[in-house]
Amino acid sequence: MSTVAIELTDINKYFGNVCANKDVSLKVESGTIHGIIGENGAGKSTLMSILYGFYQADSGAIAVQEKSTEIRSAHDAIAAGIGMVHQHFMLVDTFTVLENVVLGTETGFSLQESMQKTERELQRLEKDYHLEVDINAVINTLPVGLQQRVEILKALYRGADILILDEPTGVLTPQEADHLFRILNELREQGKTVILITHKLREIMAITDNVSVMRQGEMVAHRKTSETDREELAELMVGRKVLMQVDKAPAKPGSPMLTVKHLDYIDDFGVRRVKDVSFEVHCGEIVGIAGVSGNGQSELMEVITGIKPFQKGQIQISGQTITSTVRADAATMRRFGMAHVPEDRQRRGLVTSFSANENIILGYHKNPSYNNFIEMDRDFIIQSCKKQMEHFDVRPDNPHLRASLFSGGNQQKLVVAREFERDPALLVVGQPTRGVDIGAIEFIHRQIIAMRDAGKAVLLVSVELDEILSLSDRILVMFDGQIMGEILAKDADEREIGLLMAGVRKEAA
Amino acid sequence: MNERRTETLVVTLVTVTNLLIAFFISGVVIWALGEDPWFALKTLLYGAFGYDEGLGYTLYYTTNFIFTGLAFAIGFHCGLFNIGAEGQAYIGGLGVGLICLWLEDWSLWLVFPLAVLTSIILGGIWGAIPGYFKAKRGSHEVVTTIMFNFIASVIMVNILSHVLRPPKEMSPESREFAEGVWIPQMHEIFDWFGINITQTPLNGTFFFALICLVLVWRFIWYTRWGYEIRTVGTNDTAAVYAGISVSRNIILAMVVCGGLAGFVGINEIMGSSHRIMLNFQAGIGFTGIAVSLIGRNHPLGILLAALLFGILYQGGAELSFEVQAIDRHLVVLIQGLVILFAGALENLFRPQIEYFVKQLAPQ
Repeated sequence: MSTVAIELTDINKYFGNVCANKDVSLKVESGTIHGIIGENGAGKSTLMSILYGFYQADSGAIAVQEKSTEIRSAHDAIAAGIGMVHQHFMLVDTFTVLENVVLGTETGFSLQESMQKTERELQRLEKDYHLEVDINAVINTLPVGLQQRVEILKALYRGADILILDEPTGVLTPQEADHLFRILNELREQGKTVILITHKLREIMAITDNVSVMRQGEMVAHRKTSETDREELAELMVGRKVLMQVDKAPAKPGSPMLTVKHLDYIDDFGVRRVKDVSFEVHCGEIVGIAGVSGNGQSELMEVITGIKPFQKGQIQISGQTITSTVRADAATMRRFGMAHVPEDRQRRGLVTSFSANENIILGYHKNPSYNNFIEMDRDFIIQSCKKQMEHFDVRPDNPHLRASLFSGGNQQKLVVAREFERDPALLVVGQPTRGVDIGAIEFIHRQIIAMRDAGKAVLLVSVELDEILSLSDRILVMFDGQIMGEILAKDADEREIGLLMAGVRKEAA
Repeated sequence: MNERRTETLVVTLVTVTNLLIAFFISGVVIWALGEDPWFALKTLLYGAFGYDEGLGYTLYYTTNFIFTGLAFAIGFHCGLFNIGAEGQAYIGGLGVGLICLWLEDWSLWLVFPLAVLTSIILGGIWGAIPGYFKAKRGSHEVVTTIMFNFIASVIMVNILSHVLRPPKEMSPESREFAEGVWIPQMHEIFDWFGINITQTPLNGTFFFALICLVLVWRFIWYTRWGYEIRTVGTNDTAAVYAGISVSRNIILAMVVCGGLAGFVGINEIMGSSHRIMLNFQAGIGFTGIAVSLIGRNHPLGILLAALLFGILYQGGAELSFEVQAIDRHLVVLIQGLVILFAGALENLFRPQIEYFVKQLAPQ
């Protein structure tokens, strides 16, 4: 009875000798939310790019609304009623919402006319789909969640019946993600078809009707979401059994390695980002900092790792005291025994245009072992890079390959390899598994536990609550630059942490 | 590795294609002026290579362009667009000249290293000041280095006409240095080996330029200082994360830029004119930008591009002398077309060439 919105048959796509899609077939029923899940590099994005006309398939057929359709460009796709919301938004930052929606569809002689027409249409769409957004607001004043809504509106305005969302929650806070899911539900109820590309199992389970799993360019399974579970999907994605729960022995905390006292940080715009934060991290324990993204965790990390100078308070690390006048930059902090896996590996943790062996020395390039009297010891660097890549399972283990050519997970493993191999006393880890595929997540988690068991102090910052809960021994919750509370992981309760994350303090009796 | 080789091939083909197009259009212009483009090309190449005097001049110009090309390249690797090689060369050259005037009784073996050092110090200072403003105050280096070109020019006019000009002389230039501190010219060097060549301004500085090419190559890609400069130039967020001081490296890069640009003074003043002259650096600093960009900011590319501009300077002069309809301005036009296609429109045909290379060698 239900019609088929999209049918792909035996799609093949090669890039040179690399097969991105092999005999991929997919049926998406009308009026459903269909998830496509797979690790990074499994071919999800290529498949959707073919559907949206960015690439041409080498062979295979596409049918839209049960009509065979040729899609040669995004223009064809839009004409066929397909809309796409990209991971990185395609909006003009300095334009208003209305201007962004009009952009590219303006007709006639006077722009004013198109604007008025669009405004009326937009108001109708906002009402129909509960997609409220101020149409006269300038894009760069809107939070990310609302910007995404504008993207959805754009697609709907262009007459999309089928909406493709590429990793839509990657940039959203948990609340914004929940909101997005409500919107998607609304769209489904109104008869639209949604294709959701993601690598997060939780999202698939939460919202989709059907799910298709891709692995290494092939479609390996189609399931009804109600008839499957996380474990099965994870196994299908990775191709082997995956431990969803991290096994770890109880912590044996030792002496304090990092002590933060009454730390205050005011950013360049005069906003007080970190407010009177105090805590300790002991040897042999993992302290997790939970919180909705943007509540001062990033700034706290930057201050502790010596990237940003702070205004008040003090930091003690391995017996050294740092204050607002006695400063230490990132290089000094490394000498004090700190290693830092930054939140943003592409902008901060790596120079993506450098080769792997040049990245493996970033921050440690002055080490005597890497340097001869004048020149660097390139042979030694390449050798030790190769060794570290093998040790941390970075694939491909080619020290000459440019960092940008590794997949997200392998880039992260490269950063982890660099920072973990130094035998640091204190490890500061930010979002260690953001945008990383499941296999690599498991590996990185085991490495972090191994560091703890070797007696290192670990400070973990993550917006993935699951990650915090499964790795940490103690959990600090941050909200609006302050630490709202401390919870021992063994008696952590997700609801309680959730309340603290939302800024609701537990009333003392 | 393979990827790198493909990239090198693409870059080479792109550059060669662009140069061919620039020459083709130049040919069309010459044809439209009623002259024979083939004859013009032959004259140009003959003028640049055909006989030892022409070759000498070509390499003499090349020497200058190597220095200013390298001066631009170092800044570029640090994310800076150094337009100030002109002024840095001017001030660095002043230092060279002052040392020669002051120590003209000394042996060349002592004066040469001192001249190099002074040129580095003065040219370096001239680069360091805009560098400092950029690093600490965020003033854009394009604006400040241009301003420093003008400041250098005014200072030099004043020094030359009021301080260094010998009494009773009309032209604003210093007196000639004693012969002992002249860098041997190429015909003299060849003479030591009993080979006779025509006298040209080409002198021993050419070898110094080649050494600088090698040193800069090793500096940028093989030392920790070059590594820091490249990190700052490519991703300053990652630089801060790594504990690399962005401002320190910007200033350092500008000092090296200035020092290299100052070596133009060694070639021009110590090697050729043997006196400090007005505008001895004219245009060399700016041409260095084109040289470096066409040479992809790599010393090997800079050598080839500097040679190309040496050919255009010398062959072009010959051309305007030999062919009636072609005057100095047409030579500038040809140079302009080369800069336009190989520099500004660099990636015009890149997609096609990339496609072609991929077809040629699948993986």
